[in-house]
Amino acid sequence: MSTLHTVNKSPFEKSSMDSCLAYAKAGSSVLMYEDGIYGAIKGTGCTQKIAAKDGVNFYVLGPDLKARGVSEDKVADGIEIVDYAKFVSLAAENDKVQAWV
Amino acid sequence: MKFAIQVNEGPYQHQATDSAYQFTKAALEAGHEIMRVFFYHDGVNNGTNLTTPPQDDRNIVKRWSELGKQHDLDLVVCVAAAQRRGIVDEGEMQRNGKDAQNIAEGFRISGLGQLVEAGIQSDRLVVFGD
Repeated sequence: MSTLHTVNKSPFEKSSMDSCLAYAKAGSSVLMYEDGIYGAIKGTGCTQKIAAKDGVNFYVLGPDLKARGVSEDKVADGIEIVDYAKFVSLAAENDKVQAWV
Repeated sequence: MKFAIQVNEGPYQHQATDSAYQFTKAALEAGHEIMRVFFYHDGVNNGTNLTTPPQDDRNIVKRWSELGKQHDLDLVVCVAAAQRRGIVDEGEMQRNGKDAQNIAEGFRISGLGQLVEAGIQSDRLVVFGD
């Protein structure tokens, strides 16, 4: 049973990303979008936690990076940049979608 | 695959309505079915026809109406949340003795049961909001 977790708040503003990381099991996926994209920027405490999370796939929504002026080369290694079409396929491929707000 | 969408945030607030719209559009483009979009809490404000955003800004309400018309979407506004926030259709106008209605084209007002049903009948319920 795999889950797509979505996080739309910055980890520097709210604790939803921490809650999500605490619950996400191996085989699940985490998508950062809206202000959640700030969690994908390399060299922060958040990306350290992401790197330590084995077996979980991490994604960040490209259009929301662009909307905030965050260039793709700022995204930490191991986090895949996706578009809305891939967001939809992630929701379809996983068994359920859990929104962390 | 059958998707249901829940929108908990009003237009022009943060980004949830925009994200929900883009997701819905992408899902339809990929050939999926959107069986219902349920507007809850401040999300009911997506269903008022009284908004007049500047012409060079996106018209969020109209955008939902147009997408709804194009794909025959079931755009449902939660009745209890709507009553609190002044979103009114013909029936609500008469029932509550109001002198106006403002439900946007393609939207309908109904109960929370519609959300429960969407959760049961769809393959995935995707939630957008705060």
